[in-house]
Amino acid sequence: MSLTNETIKAKLSEKFGDQVSDFQEPYGLLTFESPKEMNLKVLQFLYDDEALRFPFLTDLTAVHYPDKAGKELAVVYHLHNLIDNIRIRFKVFTDINSPDIFTATQLYSSANWMERETYDFFGINFLGHPNLKRILNVDEMDYFPMRKQYPLEDQTRIDKDDAMFGR
Amino acid sequence: MEKFSNFIIMVEHHIKLPEGSIEKATTTLNLGPTHPATHGVFQNILELDGERIVSAEQTVGYIHRAFEKLAERRPLYQITTLTDRLNYCSSPINNMGWHLTCEKLLGVKTPKRVDYLRIIIMELARISDHLICNSVVGVDSGAFTGFLYVMQYRELIYEIYEEVCGSRLTTNMGRIGGFERNFTNTAFEKLEKFLKEYPAVLIEFQNLFSRNRIFMDRTIGTGPISAERALNYGFTGPNLRAAGVDYDVRVHSPYSSYEDFEFEIPVGKTGDTYDRFLVRNQEMWQSLKIIEEAYRKVQAFKGADTEVYHADAPEYYLPPKQDVYTKMEALIWHFKIVMGETEIPPGEVYHSVEGGNGELGFYLISDGGRTPYRLHFRRPCFIYYQAYSELTKGAMLSDAIIVMSSLNLIAGEMDA
Repeated sequence: MSLTNETIKAKLSEKFGDQVSDFQEPYGLLTFESPKEMNLKVLQFLYDDEALRFPFLTDLTAVHYPDKAGKELAVVYHLHNLIDNIRIRFKVFTDINSPDIFTATQLYSSANWMERETYDFFGINFLGHPNLKRILNVDEMDYFPMRKQYPLEDQTRIDKDDAMFGR
Repeated sequence: MEKFSNFIIMVEHHIKLPEGSIEKATTTLNLGPTHPATHGVFQNILELDGERIVSAEQTVGYIHRAFEKLAERRPLYQITTLTDRLNYCSSPINNMGWHLTCEKLLGVKTPKRVDYLRIIIMELARISDHLICNSVVGVDSGAFTGFLYVMQYRELIYEIYEEVCGSRLTTNMGRIGGFERNFTNTAFEKLEKFLKEYPAVLIEFQNLFSRNRIFMDRTIGTGPISAERALNYGFTGPNLRAAGVDYDVRVHSPYSSYEDFEFEIPVGKTGDTYDRFLVRNQEMWQSLKIIEEAYRKVQAFKGADTEVYHADAPEYYLPPKQDVYTKMEALIWHFKIVMGETEIPPGEVYHSVEGGNGELGFYLISDGGRTPYRLHFRRPCFIYYQAYSELTKGAMLSDAIIVMSSLNLIAGEMDA
């Protein structure tokens, strides 16, 4: 374990300066964010750099924060360096009205379906994705169900009259 | 072509084409979504040139149940039942993985005995998972005997589950902090029975397959993948190890005291169906070794220590029922837990366990409410199933089936 969170942080700050920010370590996992235009550059740097070596995309997903104006949607990448065995979490935030983010499929083949899933549930438009269409939901769906404006039904509601299920 | 047809439809192109047009030389074959050979709800639209596969297009999502959305309205303990239904061939691993994630978020320290009991259960689940997968590879190459034979021994594992938690397939086993009750003597007896009988069975199972000429001809060189491509495709678990990368979550980020155990990570070379089969077989031997060691460690606890089966976490672990009826504090905790009225501390945590088919990750964000703000499951087979069209390119139609079963694809996990 030669690589530590501090080294990664130092290398990133040296390369990107103010562009990478908000370094945190919740439960020991280095987390940081960058502007959404920079996502591919940061991922490419993490992929190629001799010392960092993050060629493994563990997970890609999104989170919806309706209260953060202009930064409603966060795309979260979990990357893993299998040689030094260290993980990092990288976030980019985007406006919900123009959720365009560059695709990472050129770097990781695994990003293909994970981005489709993220598109399917959050409506993130991955620019340059080879086949950006819904994957788990039906193609006819016209909304993005994991967004917070679609709450699950309140099980205590009484305004519904359903003879079949008695609620 | 009817997209949602339940049958394999051969589409022959008998249409009279206009003068001068080139006739399509390939056949489209709709394999799935409910075809007995696919072992789950998978649809593949294969483009065939004769019997060779030109391209495969997978469709997933037939049994999508919106677990991530459901989890946003449930208190932590109710999410365990959702994890059961991910990889249902080894649900205890999913349950334990979820509990470990919660414990990491809540900062609950589990006693060593709980860790070892969990390891016993998780490794049993791994054996049952690999057993199903490997015997199904056998079925798809025409050898039904192995499959039927080992079912009897998976039954022994299921009986242990039943003794520990009361159910067999979707186990909902354990609680945050430990187990709902201590392991009974019957459970340990059943475990001993399994440990005694299983090695001979596994040897016989291996003898049926691993040097069987027909099996070798069918599987060697079928659906191979290089280590580099496997990593790029996000392979984890036995499929990645078959390609020669010794990545195992149990070793790289030990959880539940796996660091106390000595075991090997079997690796393959070519990443083909045969290597995947061998790696799983070897892993079953390693799992047996781990179970034996864990069982020895559990037996080493004496006196009051043998009664330890959960951590002291009153906010999340249900108090004993008799206390609920007689003690005020226990009653309050019971009510708060059952009604999901305990506030979860805010935080962001990623935790992963080595599932039956790869790294099963839980990405949990809490904003301090009573339910997770966001929960994402990193489902290994969803990620590596993408590679299927690359794996089967140029292969025979019959190989498509065997490659699919050797990848250990579980529809429930893929579609979450």
